[in-house]
Amino acid sequence: MKLSVAKFRDVTLLPFLAFIFAFFIGGVLIVLSDAVVMGQISSPGKFLTSAGAKIGNSYLAIFQGSIFDINLARDSGILNGFYPLSETIVTSTPLILCGLSVALAFRSGLFNIGAQGQFIFGAIGASYIGFHYQLSPVLHVTLAILGGILLGGIFGGIVGLLKAKTGAHEVIVTIMLNYSAGLFILWLLKTKTFLRPERQDPLAPEVNASAQLPKLLGENLRIHAGIFIALAAAFFVWWLLKKSTLGFKFRAVGANSNAAKTAGISVAFVTTTTMFICGALAGLGGAVHLLGTEYALSAGIAGSLGFDAITVALLGQATPIGTVFGAFLFGALQTGSRTLLSNTGTSPDIVQVIQALIVLFIAAPALLRSIFRIKKSISDKSLAAKGWNG
Amino acid sequence: MSLELKGITKKFGALVANDNINLKVEKGEIHAILGENGAGKSTLMNIVYGLLEADSGTILVDGQTVEIKEPADALNRGIGMVHQHFMLVPVFTVAENIVLGHEQTKRGLLSLSEAKSKIKSIASEFKFEIDPDALVEDLPVGVQQRVEIIRALMYDAKVLILDEPTAVLTPQETDELLNIMRTLKAKGTSIIFITHKLREVKAVADKITIIRLGKVVGLAQPTSSQEELASMMVGRQVDLIPNKPTAKLGKTILDIKELNIYNSIGRKIVNNLSLDIKAGEILAIAGVQGNGQSEIARALINLEDHVTGSIKINNVEILGESVRDSLRTGIAFIPESRELDGLIGTFSIAENLILDTHDLTPVAKNGQLVSSYIKSNAAKLVEEFDVRTQSIFDNSSSLSGGNKQKVVLARELSRSVELVVASQPTRGLDVGSIEFVYERLLAERAANRAVLLISSELDEVAALADRIAVIFKGEIIGVVGSDVSREKLGLMMAGVK
Repeated sequence: MKLSVAKFRDVTLLPFLAFIFAFFIGGVLIVLSDAVVMGQISSPGKFLTSAGAKIGNSYLAIFQGSIFDINLARDSGILNGFYPLSETIVTSTPLILCGLSVALAFRSGLFNIGAQGQFIFGAIGASYIGFHYQLSPVLHVTLAILGGILLGGIFGGIVGLLKAKTGAHEVIVTIMLNYSAGLFILWLLKTKTFLRPERQDPLAPEVNASAQLPKLLGENLRIHAGIFIALAAAFFVWWLLKKSTLGFKFRAVGANSNAAKTAGISVAFVTTTTMFICGALAGLGGAVHLLGTEYALSAGIAGSLGFDAITVALLGQATPIGTVFGAFLFGALQTGSRTLLSNTGTSPDIVQVIQALIVLFIAAPALLRSIFRIKKSISDKSLAAKGWNG
Repeated sequence: MSLELKGITKKFGALVANDNINLKVEKGEIHAILGENGAGKSTLMNIVYGLLEADSGTILVDGQTVEIKEPADALNRGIGMVHQHFMLVPVFTVAENIVLGHEQTKRGLLSLSEAKSKIKSIASEFKFEIDPDALVEDLPVGVQQRVEIIRALMYDAKVLILDEPTAVLTPQETDELLNIMRTLKAKGTSIIFITHKLREVKAVADKITIIRLGKVVGLAQPTSSQEELASMMVGRQVDLIPNKPTAKLGKTILDIKELNIYNSIGRKIVNNLSLDIKAGEILAIAGVQGNGQSEIARALINLEDHVTGSIKINNVEILGESVRDSLRTGIAFIPESRELDGLIGTFSIAENLILDTHDLTPVAKNGQLVSSYIKSNAAKLVEEFDVRTQSIFDNSSSLSGGNKQKVVLARELSRSVELVVASQPTRGLDVGSIEFVYERLLAERAANRAVLLISSELDEVAALADRIAVIFKGEIIGVVGSDVSREKLGLMMAGVK
């Protein structure tokens, strides 16, 4: 028991400190970027009071915008006070799934930059099945999700197959396939099948109601059943890595492919299977996002999700549970940044700076270690480097 | 120059790596430090060289106390070190590697001419042969080591620390190194020679300090017998030459016919090789490293890609099968490098013990690992193979070399096998572990299994093998009995029929 506590501390301490420290620097930047507060620097007492207030209000605004808004609760009921939390969860859901896709690849020694493209293909699959067919509700949504999983899986599996058969590096291939997916969806949305009858701009029809994921807390809040799917996927990845024989092969190849090969594990099989499952996870993300939040396929459906996912997986140290927390944190910061400008006048860009700082501190553990004088016991897996060399 | 260590103590947490160590090295003396892996030899030398700082104790050079906080301090005091793992840039030339960190420039450009002539003069003074313009990656390991030695001499090292210098060398290269050491000594350089190889210590050392579990347990003279030295080192009686009963041969297990192995660019590595091994027999392939023997071992479980010919186990052809299926025909495979090919460092000992059986009952059920079995399996094997570890959940990278090899042996020999392929099974191991490996291999022979031993250690081959096939440039030069003389074997390994 003692052992697992130490292990737990090892994996959590570093992200936690990164988080705290990034917010600290973020606070300094908030003050520096505010002309009014900086104008008072000649009288230190006044300056400190207003700087403190400024930082406090800014972080409070992020909290209000991402978790709970007391004003909304007072005006329109306690449930609506949680509107921001609902938004955070809606933003986090696809991030969790794409993050899991990247994290699983990391653990198998692969660097999946392609969550973006796999997400797009998942959304395409779900969209087509969603608007083109008329089916009974449960069956329809299930099929639409499976369509997303399959298409994403194939799009990821191609990468694995190419690597296994020809040695093509997965980083290059996934980057190229991201471009391909982005251009493919633009073309696809202009075809007769996908273009909305009355529209000229690239936008597909909304999926039928029978294919939509059910809302959880009424029509006012956007939170939908996708979060349960994402959490189930996280559980699945945990089970896969920790308990299954397939995951054992994945981890073995990821940690030392020579030894895995010598013990009779087929590296080609692992590479292909891993990339298929990674693609399927990101594709599921695309399907869930489309069927739960967007309903209609648009060219910008993926935003920068596939890339945020890399950050999230890194933040979560490539573990499923860590990825879930990382995705929630990023989801909350993104949602919270919207209220930042309106409530306090602080630029929402500060949130991106904080995100970047968190990643920086996690990617460079030696930096934090020297700041906080932590002994070497903390695991500093250089995940990115591993993936690249794999 | 003389070097004296007084009361050096170094602790890592609860572990006392060096406990009040006293040592004196005189001018022009070869002082061997003998000890098992993990005895604290390397820690001590890293302290002397400034890579680690001692908790207490003093270092004296020519009777003066000196402070050595980093390697630069050591170099300035005339202390040089050649590490076990070389610190060379493979794509640089010899001269470039040697000047690295002390480059001389002419009008902003790197000037190597002075360094080159100095390298040549040192090389001729100490009778090395070395080309300053050769790329380091093209050089054999033994020559790379000389580059390291020259580097130390270039900066006027008066005390040279050699950390396990012969671990990576062939018998010939080892003899050459010992000669170089004698020449250095004759010119007044003191040498601290860290090793656990008794023959070399006896051949070259003037004084021997024996360290066990971080303490100096005694001084010995080179005239002491190998058995005396070994028992001081290990702390108990050891059998260096294992007791080998006469062979009881059974049917042919492994039958290799006309085997050819090519590398990835199509060059022939192994040429038309035929061999057979019977049950209850140990056949050794002896040869200098790099003559194709590693590839033969790998080809037996189909790890090599370009192979023609025939490999039969119990009369069943296995060439072209997957690695997994080859292993399952009953081959135990002990790879040359336990760190690279044998174990996964970040996996626990328990996980490493099921690396090849993780998807078979009873280790797995319905695609899921059975953790209770994995645990009991590990507990049983750790006990049976005497793996010294605090927990079966520790990473295998935390183990010493000997214990790592025991984990590999435990995994491979616990399956039901008919052929044991052991590639350099005792490389880098201490006496105690070597003894253990020998016992296990002989136990396999007694249990009527066929054993293929691939080794470049003459003593090992002579002690274990029933037949010795000597390999040179991918061909078997001849097959001889274990009663062959060392000299004859050495000549055959050099390609003389």
